[in-house]
Amino acid sequence: MAVSEDNHERRPPRAPLSATLWPVARTTLRTLGSIAVTLLGLLFVTFIIGRVMPIDPVLAIVGERASQSTYDAVYEQLGLDKPLIVQFFYYIWDVLHLDFGTSLLNARPVSEDIARVFPATLELATLGIIFGVVLGVPLGVLAAVRKGSWIDQVARVVALIGYSMPIFWLGLMGLLIFYGILGWVGGPGRVGIFYVDVVPSVTGLILVDSIIDGNWDVFRDAFSHIILPASLLGYYSLAYISRMTRSFMLEQLSAEYVTTARVKGMSEWDVIWKHAFKNIRVQLITVIALSYAGLLEGSVLTEIIFSWPGIGSYITTALLSADMNAVLGGTVVVGLIFILLNIFSDLLYKVFDPRAK
Amino acid sequence: MNTINRLLTSAAIGVAVGVSSFAAYAETPANMLVIANRIDDVTTLDPAESFEFAGSDISRNVYSRLVYLDPLDLAAGYKPGLAESWEVSEDGKTITFTMREGVTFHSGNPVRAEDAAFSLQRAVILNKTPAFILTQFGFTPENVAETIKADGNKLMITTDKQYATSFVLNCLTATIGAIVDKETVMANEVDGDMGNTWLKTNSAGSGPYTLGSWKPNESVTLEAFADYYGGAPAMERVIVRHVLESASQRLLLERGDIDIARNLNPEDIAGVMEAGGIKVEDELKGRLMYLSLNQKHPELSKPEVRQAFKYLIDYEGMKNSFLKGQYTIHQNFLPATYLGASEENPFSLNIEKAKELLAAAGVEGLEIETGVREAQERIEIAQSLQNTLAQAGITLNITVGTAKQILARYRARELDMYLGAWGPDYPDPQTNAGTFAYNPDNSDEAQATGLLAWRNSWDTGGLTEKVEAAVTEGDRDKRIQMYQDIQAEFREISPFAIMFQQIEQSALRENVMNWSTGQAVTSAAYWQVTK
Repeated sequence: MAVSEDNHERRPPRAPLSATLWPVARTTLRTLGSIAVTLLGLLFVTFIIGRVMPIDPVLAIVGERASQSTYDAVYEQLGLDKPLIVQFFYYIWDVLHLDFGTSLLNARPVSEDIARVFPATLELATLGIIFGVVLGVPLGVLAAVRKGSWIDQVARVVALIGYSMPIFWLGLMGLLIFYGILGWVGGPGRVGIFYVDVVPSVTGLILVDSIIDGNWDVFRDAFSHIILPASLLGYYSLAYISRMTRSFMLEQLSAEYVTTARVKGMSEWDVIWKHAFKNIRVQLITVIALSYAGLLEGSVLTEIIFSWPGIGSYITTALLSADMNAVLGGTVVVGLIFILLNIFSDLLYKVFDPRAK
Repeated sequence: MNTINRLLTSAAIGVAVGVSSFAAYAETPANMLVIANRIDDVTTLDPAESFEFAGSDISRNVYSRLVYLDPLDLAAGYKPGLAESWEVSEDGKTITFTMREGVTFHSGNPVRAEDAAFSLQRAVILNKTPAFILTQFGFTPENVAETIKADGNKLMITTDKQYATSFVLNCLTATIGAIVDKETVMANEVDGDMGNTWLKTNSAGSGPYTLGSWKPNESVTLEAFADYYGGAPAMERVIVRHVLESASQRLLLERGDIDIARNLNPEDIAGVMEAGGIKVEDELKGRLMYLSLNQKHPELSKPEVRQAFKYLIDYEGMKNSFLKGQYTIHQNFLPATYLGASEENPFSLNIEKAKELLAAAGVEGLEIETGVREAQERIEIAQSLQNTLAQAGITLNITVGTAKQILARYRARELDMYLGAWGPDYPDPQTNAGTFAYNPDNSDEAQATGLLAWRNSWDTGGLTEKVEAAVTEGDRDKRIQMYQDIQAEFREISPFAIMFQQIEQSALRENVMNWSTGQAVTSAAYWQVTK
């Protein structure tokens, strides 16, 4: 009993609940604060650029031959007669109410437009990054392990082509060969004309919606349309991911602990995958996350060539048409993607690297 | 994508097509028309507001009008549409239309004179960008209840003064003349907007097609209206897909996944002409390329200098090189296919003649600035002009900028010379006569920025009165002659050098018949197409 009492006395006093929760709350608040500041900064910069660039949103609406009175009326209607800072605060106020405004050019709520175009990009980018990771990581590891061998040379050439060939050129050649000549894949667009609006839109992702609907004809057609642009984007990710993987692996393979493992007679498979690769996972997460975020921004040229109605071409068209509500709405979404992927990466760091906990 | 890349791509596709075959191409269904086009200019589907090319295409096929242009006989001019006949009052100011019986809207509601009156009144009251097409007849939000009114099966419109009947009726064939379903539109009215918000993305017409869907920058789907008064169209479904890239359009066409490609570049047009099963059709459109000289400039305002510039343009050289297949030489402000259009093109490159004219004007070592918007063809024209003007001792400084930068200076009468394009607003000669050759008040205070003559500080040398006379001339033949006379004088004395008229080249599968993009006077029509 005495021992027990002694033990009880020696045990450190339990921290009060508020003290346990405080660090979590502080971290959460800090993260939310950081998101808010980043988004505010992003909006401010985009807003200012939108106002100072030499594109006239009024002309975009009224046309070049409108009378001065019509021009002035629309100028006022858009609130452009107010000071910049006032316009900005009005905009922030609307965004806080989840109102991105109406597209100046197609008269629809920007949030509806984004809900329509973002799933197209998400579907394409996700498939693209899967290709990039599934092929790029093993290729990079192999290139590092067989440094100087033909595999390494092949990986180098593959990456070099990926870095140096213009994406529109590869896209058009891909379309010409696999769609135009061989007829193996579908052409530009998300689905063929027979399958437009056939399955109800639940998620906006046609592959997923067709599975939900159980319509395998639509799934096959949509897959035949997405496979080429996704492979193309995947190829560009592959080029980047494989080179970075090779570089990270080379650093690990020359470390002393790897030599020690080999001296201890560990199998080469275990040395590579259980030791060296395990240590590059955190760096790889950053590379993959950045690559994925890049794809989610929308690849404008790929979207143009494949007539893919994604967020990249949406923002670009909006920008060229001075549709600033659409540009700002799209920018917020892209900014959020980066922030969320960063947070997700941070969480994964903690899973894979105990030191980060 | 720059020119070199475009050429490389086209060349590569051409070579690949040459060494292979598209034996197993698909084919669209016999009752379906699939078109690849750039439709990112569609901003609204409300006919009282729509003023863009792709938007006008949709409107033309979804809405009917009192009078319409027959795509198979555009030269005939307007024909009875929802109005089966009309009468003009003795004073020439009131037109009374008798409505066609038994016509219904897509909703099933009958088309009445009341709907027609509402549609035109609504366009005037909303006062959107194209409203001037109607308000130029003296209609105002305050007076439309009196000037546009229905009585049973009759619709009466009364203009502020006598105009040529052809002028009024031509304007009613424009997009803004579309007749909307009053019941449906007003059922969707929000805050007194007369259904404008709703009609931006929906339709309420009685045309040959109903609007299936419009996905901005993606596609437009139209479904045939079985009860269309002109008979159900052969193509039961029309899908217009937004395909931005010329090479992608070409591949889709050659594979047979589309029937018509509307935006092929010259290299791809040449390519598809080699492919089997495809034909190319040319149509003259309304867009004109012109240069103009600011008459505030002491040298440029001299008649001889204005003439000299017209001899310093390499019309043939440009037409046969970078404008090949896309533009034809045209030196008059009315585009070919318009009522009163002239085929006279008297000017050609003649450096010696230009030098003589400049010497006669006492002009030497002239240096001027031209403003050009950042579009490839315009910049290339400017460079060609820079070269030919230099041969006559004129230094041309080219300022390239965005629409905002260049147009702001043009509208403020600041540029020495402007190089740009102009397209007509409605299918009547007044549309261009009223801007190129009409300027009742040339003072800075007038701020008539919509008039090209005013932008160039040109008082029109008496043409303003002639334009006013032509627009009220009731006799069609006399009216045609008046416009031809105005253009003959305009060619000689004006500070405008009209250079080129646009050609639209459509590439079609061979089985597509009766295709029409509407020439210069109107938009594309789908209901007469067969396969």
